[in-house]
Amino acid sequence: MILRRKIGEVHAVDQVSFQIRQNETVGLVGESGSGKTTIARCMLYLEPPTSGDVFFEGQNITETFKKANRTQVLALRRQMQYIFQNPYASLDPRMTVADIIMEPFEVHKHIPRDKWLDRMYELLRMVGLEDYHAERYPHEFSGGQRQRICIARALAVNPKFIAADEPVASLDVSVRAQILNLLQELQQKLGITYLYISHDLSTVRHICHRVAVMYLGKIVEIAETDELFDNPLHPYTVALMSAIPIPDPKQKRHRIILPGEVPSPISPPSGCRFHPRCPRRIDICSKEEPPLLEVRPGHWLACYNPWPPKHIFA
Amino acid sequence: MLSRPILRVHGLKTYFYTFAGVVKAVDGIDLQVDKGEMVGFVGESGSGKTVTAQSIMRIVPTPGKTIGGTIEFEGRDLLSLTESQMQHVRGKEIAYIPQDPTTTLDPVYPVGDQIAEVIMRHQLVSKKQALARATELLNSVGIADPQIRINQYPHELSGGTKQRIAIARALSCDPSVILADEPTTALDVTIQAQILELLKDLRQKFNVAMVFITHDMGIVADTCDKVTVLYAGQVCETGTTEQVFEKPKHPYTEALLSSVPSLALRKEKLSVIPGNVPNLIQPPSGCRFHPRCSYAKQICVDKDPELESIGDGRWVHCHRWRELDLKSAVAS
Repeated sequence: MILRRKIGEVHAVDQVSFQIRQNETVGLVGESGSGKTTIARCMLYLEPPTSGDVFFEGQNITETFKKANRTQVLALRRQMQYIFQNPYASLDPRMTVADIIMEPFEVHKHIPRDKWLDRMYELLRMVGLEDYHAERYPHEFSGGQRQRICIARALAVNPKFIAADEPVASLDVSVRAQILNLLQELQQKLGITYLYISHDLSTVRHICHRVAVMYLGKIVEIAETDELFDNPLHPYTVALMSAIPIPDPKQKRHRIILPGEVPSPISPPSGCRFHPRCPRRIDICSKEEPPLLEVRPGHWLACYNPWPPKHIFA
Repeated sequence: MLSRPILRVHGLKTYFYTFAGVVKAVDGIDLQVDKGEMVGFVGESGSGKTVTAQSIMRIVPTPGKTIGGTIEFEGRDLLSLTESQMQHVRGKEIAYIPQDPTTTLDPVYPVGDQIAEVIMRHQLVSKKQALARATELLNSVGIADPQIRINQYPHELSGGTKQRIAIARALSCDPSVILADEPTTALDVTIQAQILELLKDLRQKFNVAMVFITHDMGIVADTCDKVTVLYAGQVCETGTTEQVFEKPKHPYTEALLSSVPSLALRKEKLSVIPGNVPNLIQPPSGCRFHPRCSYAKQICVDKDPELESIGDGRWVHCHRWRELDLKSAVAS
């Protein structure tokens, strides 16, 4: 899949390609402005990509979304769903939970009307809520419960793929674990494939099978989760990992502090976009853009001067 | 010399009188900060972290009111000061770094003026001298080209730079205590690392005590000497960072440490704290954590435990700390 989006001069996501396998969770990590959300929105055609295509089960769905009629688009939407970051903003305050979860039934008409209530209660229980919650309004729920409602709504159309955009970022620490466990359980039970977007590497390590690290609209490194965390090679990945405070006062690890800030995507730096902040830059970095190459089995990297393997936790 | 605490909060109670009922946001919180010390103040939303800081500064928004307890600062009781006496404390002796720099810097004034304003309020200096001091401060918080920056407006600056400005403003009158309210929560991880490093340096350089309010146990382990864990407006336990992380004495601390996904090791399933943070209009009876506590017994439902001293300068708010052998998920 290759995406290229252009609004005015902002290249939010530039020439990004990756695959997600069935029943897999792929993590998309990066700081604000790196293009994580834009990728997910383009994949579901919530935002039309400037160029590039998304293939879903072998079908070029970007083409389908552009040309197809409403029935065909709805059929695709049933396969792919989205969970938004902020469960306070993504639930209509004037609808009851029952209405919220049953709205997809009304739009898609994929199950007969007399089954609606049964299915709605089934979904509620599936996400760990109780039957009596159906009559309530969103403001009566805590953040974690609201995110459960959002998940139930996404599941209402039996999707095969869900893009989860920072689903736990706005939740309290003690309820994050509940939602992460729920997402994992649902994957095992229903065989769902996830794209999991986050800026928090520790939740990514927990939930994802593979992880792609993004910087300023580019994927700089992608690998299996354990491989990436054991052998991070790109200087940005290494810095990102070392920047996360570890909850153990005895573990005083050397921290790489990156100078400066993420530059504006309106005029990204020449060559490798990370070179102005990179502690390992060499001459070529400012001149040529490094290609994304497979450097170890299943481990792709875009860097001219990476760290040696097994560097970070040594 | 005996180290006397510079700031001592005892039995602080701040309630909010809303139409729905009385919200007991802070209900008997104790906090002690020694000179030059970094104290972590950890808790989830609604645990009373921010309201405690606001109570110390006496800037609790209406309908909130501090109705009990003492706040002793360098031997004076802040709660008995008049408003004009308090204005000499705010910004000069106790400074505040708010969570979100975007909303606390005034958009219509250049940032230099906003720092100079604090300096001129507390010291007899001209605007020129105050601006010169502001430039120096920007330099010491690691902002490049301070002469240019002081004339810029907040919207021209990035989040990280704005937070540095807020830190410079807090330092401007050499306070002896800084209350930092989640100063890195709104920032990206690599910028957070920069700011944490900066705060650690500044604390050495200015010898200032800091109360670091956060919900991130990682940040506490990384930066703080002591830690106070809060839950639903009450203290769970206090101790040095090593003590609390190695041998938590309160079930909430134990649960909090084990529910955080770890970067270094991957667990099949995260352990979960069941339920949600309680509603503080009708907090649970007895110990406020009992509905979510896996060690709760009948006494926990009936009676609120005392905050007990257990030696080594540690305090615990739990009936069963003697019998429980709590494990730390992070101590290797």
